[in-house]
Amino acid sequence: MIVANSLTKRYPGGFEALSGVSFQIGAGEMVLITGHSGAGKTTLVKLIASIERPTSGSLVVNGQNLSALRRSAIPYVRRHFGMIFQDQKLLFDRSALDNVMLPLQIVGLPHREAVRRAQAALDKVGLLAREKANPIALSGGEQQRLAIARAVVNRPTVLLADEPTANLDSASAQDIRTLFADFHRVGVTIVVATHDQSWIQHCQGNALRLDHGRVV
Amino acid sequence: MRRWLSQHRAALALSVRRLLAAPFNTLLSLLAIGIALTLPAFGYVVLDNLRELGRSASGVQEISVFMEVGAARKDIAEIESRLQTLPGIRFTFVPRDEALKRLQKSEEMAEIVASLPRNPLPDAFIVEPADASPEALDVLRQELASWPKVAHAQLDSAWVKRFDAFLRLGKLTVLMLAGLFGAGLVAVTFNTIRLQVLAQAAEIEVARMIGATDSFIRRPFHYFGALQGVLGGLVASGLIFAALHLLAGPVGELAALYGGSFVLHAPGVREIAALCAAGGILGWLGAQLSVSLSLRRFD
Repeated sequence: MIVANSLTKRYPGGFEALSGVSFQIGAGEMVLITGHSGAGKTTLVKLIASIERPTSGSLVVNGQNLSALRRSAIPYVRRHFGMIFQDQKLLFDRSALDNVMLPLQIVGLPHREAVRRAQAALDKVGLLAREKANPIALSGGEQQRLAIARAVVNRPTVLLADEPTANLDSASAQDIRTLFADFHRVGVTIVVATHDQSWIQHCQGNALRLDHGRVV
Repeated sequence: MRRWLSQHRAALALSVRRLLAAPFNTLLSLLAIGIALTLPAFGYVVLDNLRELGRSASGVQEISVFMEVGAARKDIAEIESRLQTLPGIRFTFVPRDEALKRLQKSEEMAEIVASLPRNPLPDAFIVEPADASPEALDVLRQELASWPKVAHAQLDSAWVKRFDAFLRLGKLTVLMLAGLFGAGLVAVTFNTIRLQVLAQAAEIEVARMIGATDSFIRRPFHYFGALQGVLGGLVASGLIFAALHLLAGPVGELAALYGGSFVLHAPGVREIAALCAAGGILGWLGAQLSVSLSLRRFD
């Protein structure tokens, strides 16, 4: 499903965040990308999500080489992924429900159907009762669950997350880990960049350890 | 198709919400756009009224066809039948006796006419063509003058040409004003949309990361610019109606002083629709320029 071959990412100024990284992630697998800060975890997640382009090497997702994508094709590729960001990137000028509806509006789902699916996603993460709340009124854990609802509402084939449990108390972090395990159980491919030791120790999936931009 | 419509409906609803979200700013923008559209549009309305005035002014569109003094009845009948075959004209026949009677009624001429031993006036036709352009009038005059037994075909072409030149100059001025203020409208929309893009930066960034296409992001801004332009067109129409209402009285009084009557014509539904459409197109253009430049920072 995801095949990286000699993947390198060099930023302007010469800093090489990833150097010749190769790996393979099968459909339905759960993989944790681990490593210290600056190891290249976030860069790798961004490359898989087509938020950034590799400097060299190839990255094939669902048979599509992301390195050779035309700019106009990128948005359509991104729709296959559910993205969860470390800082959640929620929109604070609208309700929780409207935040979750955004990916559905992007694909042009009729309003009534979008509301129905967004409510189902909120229900899945235990936030249906707070659908009208502004994200600013939610706790850190709730905000992260809201971000997860937004990521899964479009039924993505791959769920990508960048430090989803960072800055959360242990109980909230456990809720998030449980949610990911639930999605993994129903066959969603999950790639998580994390340095959450508790998760790394108890994860039943594979781990991809990065150090200074290389797989170790 | 359903999805496409759904996206457009959502974009339109979002742009309406954005317009209503800051009513004072929206009002100021609409006023600026309305004034920018009013000046050239009002110039157009004034020119249209002047053209109407020129048409209704006596003699402007008339060609007097004077027959030779010795022209017989059958010659006059021949000219009359030729005139009947010409498209787009109206004509009246003025017999020489009738012309003399009219001249006798004139205070200044009565004495002179009375002293004449015989009627020196020829029979004449007064021709009123529908096409009042100087070129068309001149061509018609030349044709009429070439007909048999026609002594002279007279057209006050200098007056018509001067008036037409004035109208053309006015038209050019209105076009220049329209270009200038159209650019102003684009600039106003450009700036409004630029501020909108800055205000919606977070949403744009997130939307792009989760698969929004450029057209999805641009669409609400396009609708916003076009809506603003259309509403600005309506404001301009209102201002023009108000100005015409204020001018109607003084113009009527002025016309009465010259012994005539003149009513200012307000723009019709078609003109108002054209003004709103022009505002909408220019607003869309301003939005397109602004959004294209502003979105580069998200690449």
